[in-house]
Amino acid sequence: MTAWEVFLQQLFNGLLVGSFYGLVAIGYSMVYGIIKLLNFAHADIYMSGAFCGLVLLGFLTPYIGNAWLGIVVSLLISMVAVGLLGVLIQRVAYRPMLKAPRLSILITALAVSMILYNTVMIITQGQYKPFTTGLVHESFYIGALRMTETRLVLLIAALALMLMLHLFITRTMYGKAMRAISLDRDTCQLMGINVYQIVAITFFVGSALAAAAGIMAGVYYGTVHFFMGFLIGLKAFTAAVIGGIGIIPGAMLGGLLLGLLEAFGTQIPFIGSQWRDVFSFVFLILFLIFKPNGLLGRIESERM
Amino acid sequence: MALLEIKDLTLRFGGLCAVNTLSLEIEEGSIRSLIGPNGAGKTCVFNCLTGFYKPSSGDMIFRGESIKFKKPHLITYKGMARTFQNLRLFKQMTVLENVMSGMHCRTSAGFTAAVLRNKGQVLEEKKIRDVAEECLDFVGILDKKKYMARNLPYGDQRRVEWARALATQPKLLLLDEPAAGLNRDEKTRLIELMRRIRDERKVTIFLIEHDMGLVMKVSEKIFVIDYGVKIAEGTAKEVRDNPRVVEAYLGKEEEDAV
Amino acid sequence: MAETKQKAKTINPFGLAIEKLYDFFDNKTPRYIFMIAMTAFLIYLPLSSSRFTQEIMTNVFFYIVVCLGLNIIVGFAGLLHLGYAAFFAVGAYTTGILSSVYGVSFWLTLPVSIVAAVIAGLAIGAPTLRLRGDYLAIVTLGFGEIIRLTVRNLSITGGAMGLIGIQRPVLFGMVLNQIVHFYYMFFILAIIAIFISYRLHDSRLGRAWQYIREDEDAASAMGINVVSTRLYAFIIGSAFGALAGSVYAAKMTAISPESFMFIHSVMILLAVVLGGMGKIPGVILGAVIVTLFPELSRDIGQYRLIIFAVVLLLLMLYRPQGIWPERQGISSKL
Repeated sequence: MTAWEVFLQQLFNGLLVGSFYGLVAIGYSMVYGIIKLLNFAHADIYMSGAFCGLVLLGFLTPYIGNAWLGIVVSLLISMVAVGLLGVLIQRVAYRPMLKAPRLSILITALAVSMILYNTVMIITQGQYKPFTTGLVHESFYIGALRMTETRLVLLIAALALMLMLHLFITRTMYGKAMRAISLDRDTCQLMGINVYQIVAITFFVGSALAAAAGIMAGVYYGTVHFFMGFLIGLKAFTAAVIGGIGIIPGAMLGGLLLGLLEAFGTQIPFIGSQWRDVFSFVFLILFLIFKPNGLLGRIESERM
Repeated sequence: MALLEIKDLTLRFGGLCAVNTLSLEIEEGSIRSLIGPNGAGKTCVFNCLTGFYKPSSGDMIFRGESIKFKKPHLITYKGMARTFQNLRLFKQMTVLENVMSGMHCRTSAGFTAAVLRNKGQVLEEKKIRDVAEECLDFVGILDKKKYMARNLPYGDQRRVEWARALATQPKLLLLDEPAAGLNRDEKTRLIELMRRIRDERKVTIFLIEHDMGLVMKVSEKIFVIDYGVKIAEGTAKEVRDNPRVVEAYLGKEEEDAV
Repeated sequence: MAETKQKAKTINPFGLAIEKLYDFFDNKTPRYIFMIAMTAFLIYLPLSSSRFTQEIMTNVFFYIVVCLGLNIIVGFAGLLHLGYAAFFAVGAYTTGILSSVYGVSFWLTLPVSIVAAVIAGLAIGAPTLRLRGDYLAIVTLGFGEIIRLTVRNLSITGGAMGLIGIQRPVLFGMVLNQIVHFYYMFFILAIIAIFISYRLHDSRLGRAWQYIREDEDAASAMGINVVSTRLYAFIIGSAFGALAGSVYAAKMTAISPESFMFIHSVMILLAVVLGGMGKIPGVILGAVIVTLFPELSRDIGQYRLIIFAVVLLLLMLYRPQGIWPERQGISSKL
């Protein structure tokens, strides 16, 4: 392949993987913005979404096949189901902990994460499960870029979801309320905003997006595994930090950026794919040291 | 030379100017007050002085050295201590332990000394305890030294906060609204205490206060600030009769009255 | 008016019993007698028990050391560290490489291991200790992964297969290769760890950590350098882990990246939280439980982790201070 073809290929790959990161990062950012918690279990929500999709697809295949129709239906149902799971987790594990010291709630999130992936581990006996779809894998060319229908649809879908979320945040009352709560929770309560309801919705939306990302990842990579959330959790968190934690457009931007950085970074002779993850973590640490508020973040000054 | 010099101090939060080219001097061995209506920027000045906020421009010179970019713990080490408006005691610890924290910057035992408990460390621990007890005695609550800080009544918690600040052996003590929530008796004792701090311990005091009576009685010089700008400076009498000061306070009342 | 002892809160008989126990052990004599008796028992134990028991107890002592190490970081200094296994790996691999590749005597690798730990602690801590707790947690996790992946990718560390051929320690001409030898080695390490933990807790440094945990800004205003004090905790905790790692490497004679995964960091953290963060006897108890529980419940095998996770969740919701009972009255050490 020529250098140009390689470049285009990596550009596309980077954007595609980056959009997965972005969808998961949005959940991190939203929850952090509204209750100042880094939801450790979010990555396992992504994983749950993937498995939920897998199970549903298997269930629906005899009726509607496992091509796009089957996938989309499973995706939508999974998004709702996992969204509700997110709300449940928030209600049972996080809500009681809001007044507790920070360390406690972080450990709670850790515990939830462990419960989720261990449950799936036991069910799957730790095996990698194939995500079989009836999709075609013929490739075609757009200019110098080699493409399959699947990958194109995935990218468009991911970007579409992000766009819808952006509209939701900026155009609806719920979105406005979310942003208001992240700025000053107590005043919002005084203003009559039902904070608990908005927090629940935040978790629902964030989890649904992560579930969607999980299923798309399943389709893209072809397998799912109980521990698949771990790595993407760290990557998505990195993306959220790069864009500015708590800022949703930042999460999307950070995700795409990280995807591109990884795609192009691994082309550098030293850094093969085995160092790719280390490469991303190093970025995380660099950002946290030099620009902890991310690219789009503002400096937070606390009142003493 | 003045113990503390503030030169054209400016602090901006985004578009809002909390402190605007403030300049003042504090001489050693004095008691000075900073007054002004609510939200005038007084606590912001303290936060800048103690290193919690970075000023946007201007400078602060303490004991001949600029403290503009220094971290809070270094500023305390240099001899400037503060109390907090909303009392930030170490709630889950005893009164004595709270005050002992002040001696941290005056001692140096580290890991090795802690593990070996050599003579130097034992002596140092004794010194920490002794100084802490002396400070507690000075403010009058030595008998409560074993109580949990969170269990004390408000007035006593106040005194622990002062003792803690005194334990850092400061040259300059910043008191942020020390009289808030105190009754008449307690306020009189506070005035006495401040004078004793100045006279017996040779510590200069700079305080923020709302209670005019207390301020007039205890400070030789008063600075008045409004919207981040110094609008007056002088003795109690001069300030009280200053039309700008009157307007700043009364003007506010009229706005609220509407 | 405040009261010195809040007996009103402990009307229940269990609480009263706890108070009485605390009061009893406040006196020096009962404390020393208990410690001497316990020590004597543990010294005697290997002479009259099976290899299996010795193996388990060795693990218990090992866990006590690493848990106390993490306790300094999490319990004393209040920093959530999710990558503690990395420090343990640093120690193990330092001893491993020096011993198997360069033939260095085990005992000489120990100081090098400590130095490596200090460097690792500084490298991880210096840039990140200024960050908020939540960020610190993820970053320590990330660092843990970086170290694990680096170790897996480099050839000097044996790659994914790990290192083999780590030499046994030689003491006065005797090669230490029996489990009972490591029993005593870890036992001594555990005693040292307990001793250092107690000494630190009641020292200027220990108090500084507590002040920072209570109110970071107020501590700063009192002249405490928050970042460097926290760094101390990191370095000391890391040294504990590295030492444990070094002895572990000598015991196993072969190590691989699989021993230093995230799950191990979590288990150590779980033990610390279970017993009660910051409380030394609690942490010891937590270490004992986490080590013994899998042995006593072989049949639940794969459900072990879920049970632990659920226990952890319930603990956080209903008893975040851990299972070790606290005293209700005034602080005991004055």
